[in-house]
Amino acid sequence: MGVIRFQNVGKIFGPRGSGFEALKDINLEIGDKEFVAIVGPSGCGKTTCLRMVAGFENATDGVVSVDGTPIKRPGPDRAVVFQQFALFPWKSVYDNIDLGLRNLNVSSSERAQRIDAILNLMNLTQYAKHFPHQLSGGMQQRVAIARAYVLDPDVLLMDEPFGALDAQTRVVMQEELVRLARKNPRTVLFITHAVEEAVYLADRVAIMTRAPGRIKEVLDVASVRNAEDWDSHEKIEDVMDLESFVHLRTHIWRSLREEKAAQHA
Amino acid sequence: MNRQISLLQSIGLGFLGLACFLGFWQGMSMSGLVSNIFLPSPLEVYDRFMTLLDRRFAGATLPGHLAASFQRFAYGFLLAAAIGIPLGLLMGWYQLLDEIVSPLFDALRFVAPIAWVPFAALWFGTGIGGPIMIIFAGAFPPCVINAYRGAKFVDPRLIEAANMLGTPSRRVIMEVLLPSSVPSIISGLRVSAGLGWQSLVGAELIVASAGVGYMMVQGQANIQTHTVMAGMVAIGLVGLALDTALRAFERFIQKRRGLEQ
Repeated sequence: MGVIRFQNVGKIFGPRGSGFEALKDINLEIGDKEFVAIVGPSGCGKTTCLRMVAGFENATDGVVSVDGTPIKRPGPDRAVVFQQFALFPWKSVYDNIDLGLRNLNVSSSERAQRIDAILNLMNLTQYAKHFPHQLSGGMQQRVAIARAYVLDPDVLLMDEPFGALDAQTRVVMQEELVRLARKNPRTVLFITHAVEEAVYLADRVAIMTRAPGRIKEVLDVASVRNAEDWDSHEKIEDVMDLESFVHLRTHIWRSLREEKAAQHA
Repeated sequence: MNRQISLLQSIGLGFLGLACFLGFWQGMSMSGLVSNIFLPSPLEVYDRFMTLLDRRFAGATLPGHLAASFQRFAYGFLLAAAIGIPLGLLMGWYQLLDEIVSPLFDALRFVAPIAWVPFAALWFGTGIGGPIMIIFAGAFPPCVINAYRGAKFVDPRLIEAANMLGTPSRRVIMEVLLPSSVPSIISGLRVSAGLGWQSLVGAELIVASAGVGYMMVQGQANIQTHTVMAGMVAIGLVGLALDTALRAFERFIQKRRGLEQ
């Protein structure tokens, strides 16, 4: 299981009254094995939402829970993929992936088996002994995704994971993530400011307002995807050409632009 | 103006400075303005230095004294590193320990190592414990401070990554804080070795058998100022060698690090 629930969640950085109100009245439920992307203008608090599920931040108001249990601290049931990868530079690819399994006291034979499987799945087998600095950004993020996935977490939290990658690498990674997510579904909370990415990857897309961030609108992408059979297209550009895709994307763009305009008004 | 100075020029200028200093010093001695007891000439000091290399004074040759000193230094320095580095890392990780230890530590570290001499004598007599304690007092603070800083300035994202992977504290300290703090710890060790070696003469004022500091005290007692100065030269040279070695080690680590980033 892995149901994420935000109930009337608010977050104020600094003292109540004079602090910065980042989030207000966030209500959102992410079902088991559902892939939800949050998009919003920069500074709207979307990353803060993810950090609260991860246990890095506490909600000032309301409750953030997974399967009904309020979140108190970080843990391997909620694996995080960071924008800046956050791999341990002094550990090899293999050892980076191994750390979480060691923490769970998994037997060494099972660890080896699970790491080999995930390395294979992520096309990393030949890089097992490499160190992060020897790999490109895309490869490093692949290791970070493998490090999260190998723990078999209920919830996968991805904080603009492809934001630091160049455009071509980003597309490849998006396609791979779709492949991975369909083959091995998890509850995923995905933060991004790239609208196409959100529509391409997610079952539902939540649009946030500018700070203090609220959920403005939640769009159901999965029903459109299934109706129009997006997954029959292997390449992202073919999906992006579909009228149904363009329609959703434009809708989100408009919505975000309204927020931008309000911000500058 | 910031012209590039080549290595050769840099060495040349260094020697120029040294030659001027020695020339002025030699001139002062030869002019007869100051007596040789007050200020032995560089040539006398050099002579004395060379003599002491194989002639015993105060029970041992200069290399013998140096070896005794270095052994004490090594004990004190290693003890400081062995206690200081883990303490600094733990203080960087456990807020509570930091709050408890920091005020005490910050006050104590301003007490000059030499101020511990009476207590070192009282507690350890003339045994090896006294000088080790004083060298320790000099070498300990930089070990703690740099390990602490290293632990405090670890990339917070790496701590978050370790936390979300469910890493227990002991493992975070050993596998995240420690490796991440290595460059800071190494520069701490360099400062620490320098201060420890400096504290040596003070430490050896209370030692009755051997050591460069002891040799210098005996020189003073015998009004042999050139012996005292030969001791100073020896301390300076060994200190320089020590620092050069640690600096090379530091550069080696940084270079390896640079490749890792």
